[in-house]
Amino acid sequence: MAIRRGRGVAAINYPTGMNLGGDPTQALVHSTPTGNFTVTLSSVDLGQGMKQIMAQICAETIGVPTDRVIIDTADTDTGPHCMGTFASRGTHRAGNAVIQAAKEARQVMLEVAAEELEVNASDLETDGEGNIQVKGAPQKSISIFDVALSAHFKRGRSISGRGMFLIPRSYPEKETGAMKPSTCYAHACTVAEVEVDDETGEVTVLTVKNIFEIGRALNPKMVEQQLVGGSWMGISHALYETTEPYYPNRDHGGTDFNQYLMPGPGDLAETEIIVLERPSADGPFGAKGPGEMCANPQIPAVANAVFDAVGVRIDTLPITPERILRALKAQAAS
Amino acid sequence: MAKVPVQFTLNGSEKAEFVESGTTLLHALRDKIGDTSPKGGCHQGTCGACSVIIDGELRLSCLTLAETCNGTDIKTTAGLAEGGVLHPLQRAFLDAFATQCGFCTPGMIMAAKVLLDRTPNPSREEVIEALSGNICRCTGYEPIIQAVLTAARANSQNAA
Ligand code: FES
Ligand code: FES
Repeated sequence: MAIRRGRGVAAINYPTGMNLGGDPTQALVHSTPTGNFTVTLSSVDLGQGMKQIMAQICAETIGVPTDRVIIDTADTDTGPHCMGTFASRGTHRAGNAVIQAAKEARQVMLEVAAEELEVNASDLETDGEGNIQVKGAPQKSISIFDVALSAHFKRGRSISGRGMFLIPRSYPEKETGAMKPSTCYAHACTVAEVEVDDETGEVTVLTVKNIFEIGRALNPKMVEQQLVGGSWMGISHALYETTEPYYPNRDHGGTDFNQYLMPGPGDLAETEIIVLERPSADGPFGAKGPGEMCANPQIPAVANAVFDAVGVRIDTLPITPERILRALKAQAAS
Repeated sequence: MAKVPVQFTLNGSEKAEFVESGTTLLHALRDKIGDTSPKGGCHQGTCGACSVIIDGELRLSCLTLAETCNGTDIKTTAGLAEGGVLHPLQRAFLDAFATQCGFCTPGMIMAAKVLLDRTPNPSREEVIEALSGNICRCTGYEPIIQAVLTAARANSQNAA
């Protein structure tokens, strides 16, 4: 009986967003009378940072500072349609819709500015700080604040835009079943090192080293934050969490938080995160979005590390001490 | 059911309310007084999201009856900032990206505050111990541990 060490590796190919149903996301952008921009979405910020990312995307497209953008999410009764904030699709799908809407709003904004400055709209550019100026002659400029006032109270224009992102539904080929469920793939690889006590079946994850390829990181600190949390969550899925420990038998299922096992701050593995940025062809500013992928590769990596350590393949999650001990017993018997 | 009067100090100001007997402090704070900084996660003492400080002690407001708080001094995360300036712990949580959905954050900050009030320069192990009654679904804890250690360093520099 001994503590045995093992190392496991796993690599994954992850679709950010599925379009099996042809899932659309729409966005509306409009300026307030004082030149702030509201983005209306039915997509939801559930802690992943959608509001911040959509504000950055809208601001970058219109050419204003991020704090001039207000994100109004999650009234699905009144907002433009979103198929849902799931399948890691938020940044990619909603981001593309916001770009399209913001481009249209920017065009109206430049047209109003052109009328005020008596120049052609195509000769104008934004300075990124809240002003519109003539290309090559920045002394000839007008603030976006004044442009919005003019549009609202003088020229009767709505500085607004509509955005839509839809990848048409993919049907399986009759012969082969082949289909195209997504257009955008992120990637990840994890190496996990574990110790397994072959007497108690207990697993300790010593280190997890993760590398993620996520397109362009639109907000690098938020990407890191999601990947660090996700890596921990992956280990939690691999070793601890279940509502149905003896599925399909419900008898010993947990009924509340008291009986739902998650690692706490004292059970952390040494974690390393490396981000590779390979801009995607159809993502907003090259983003793919890390999404749920952040918690995926740790699971097979831990399962492989357990195999490396004690020679049993556990193919049911979570990999509990009980499952390991039963597998060791079966192995010894055969 | 008969209502009972309760009076306590909340973040430095006097509060008086009539509550139904058996009302939890969490319910009284959030739904009567309007301080929604303590969160109701599990309502049974396992998640720490509802943590507040009563007379200097860390308490779970979901398991504390409001009527037992008469005459006490209660502090919540909502009262930490002074004149628009964030408390060092709040600053450190922001800077360390130690919050995602934010649901656990007020409870984490309360637990960390009680720790730092007693142990201004805690070790990593002491921070982990102090936070071990609080569950976070999002961050993987490491950024929170780092935030508390950073806030402790900031405090000791100010004191020096
Ligand atoms: S709500 Fe009080 S401990 Fe969870
Ligand atoms: S930040 Fe979401 S629970 Fe901690």
